[in-house]
Amino acid sequence: MEGNLNLIGLGLSAIGPGVAIGLIFAALISGIARQPEAANTLFGRAILGFVLAEALFIITLAIAFVL
Amino acid sequence: MSVTASMAAATIKAAGGSGFHAPGPEIFNLPPVFGEVTKPMLLLCLSAVLIIAFTVLSSRPAAVVPGRLQFAGEAVYGFVRNSIARENIGSAHFMRFVPYLFALFLFILVNNYYALIPLLQFPSFSRIGFIVPLAAISWLLYIGAGMWKHGPLGYLKHATVPAGVPLWITPVLVPLEFLSNIIVRPATLTLRLFGNMFAGHILLVLFATGGWYLLGTGNFVYAGAGVLAFVLGIAVSFLEVIVMFLQAYVFTLLSSMYIGEALADEH
Repeated sequence: MEGNLNLIGLGLSAIGPGVAIGLIFAALISGIARQPEAANTLFGRAILGFVLAEALFIITLAIAFVL
Repeated sequence: MSVTASMAAATIKAAGGSGFHAPGPEIFNLPPVFGEVTKPMLLLCLSAVLIIAFTVLSSRPAAVVPGRLQFAGEAVYGFVRNSIARENIGSAHFMRFVPYLFALFLFILVNNYYALIPLLQFPSFSRIGFIVPLAAISWLLYIGAGMWKHGPLGYLKHATVPAGVPLWITPVLVPLEFLSNIIVRPATLTLRLFGNMFAGHILLVLFATGGWYLLGTGNFVYAGAGVLAFVLGIAVSFLEVIVMFLQAYVFTLLSSMYIGEALADEH
């Protein structure tokens, strides 16, 4: 076995944003199902939340390769 | 997809070493094409040529009844202007920023899609050095917009002092807000685009080289897994189509959001 312990941490850190992104898009879908005419507004907000959740993992990815 | 070009790399690796070497960050260090010029630099110049050609050709006729190309150009421009710039900056000042946002969106989009075009197959923004200037321009732009609207000290107060919180907690919040609004924003803007392009490209190369290596082992079960890896690689390529568009959209969206927030009245 060879490799880096960082990558295990990277995998673990993907759990949080993964759950978060799932919740965000679940909320988006149920929001659009309730009020289809608000889809455009909701999509923009959902993307903002998605981006913020994803940022955590992206920062970890960068750090994992730097350390 | 990016399978074909990576196959050549995989055969060299499989022939040279005994085991399979998973692709790492070293696959982004391409040898220079000539002199000091590397492939991503040429791709960046090509993207400028492509975008200028597209915008000139699609706006040159400027007919009342648009042709196909003019319609495509107007669709992209309308998307950036209406659903990104006007939504987030507000109808008073958004037209000043539309040229930058439109150029930014097209530039990132074209450079991202290089990863899936045969023979090019390298997302130039998987080299972080190309993104830092873009994030720096966005950073200067939203800080400049805020200073133009509120004055230098007024903008500093606007960006760091949240309204409507008790006075005793302000000393704690001001450094945090300063960190998140002034320092972390350009860093996350850079890292998000870089991380997505970097991870996407490494994933595609891994599926392609790994699948090729498994096919070459001669074992029936391994070869089946190799075919599965190729199928997954194609599926991931389709996912990348979405991710690449989304990253261009998100970079532009966040830039315009930061500008809009800097221009907003006191909250």
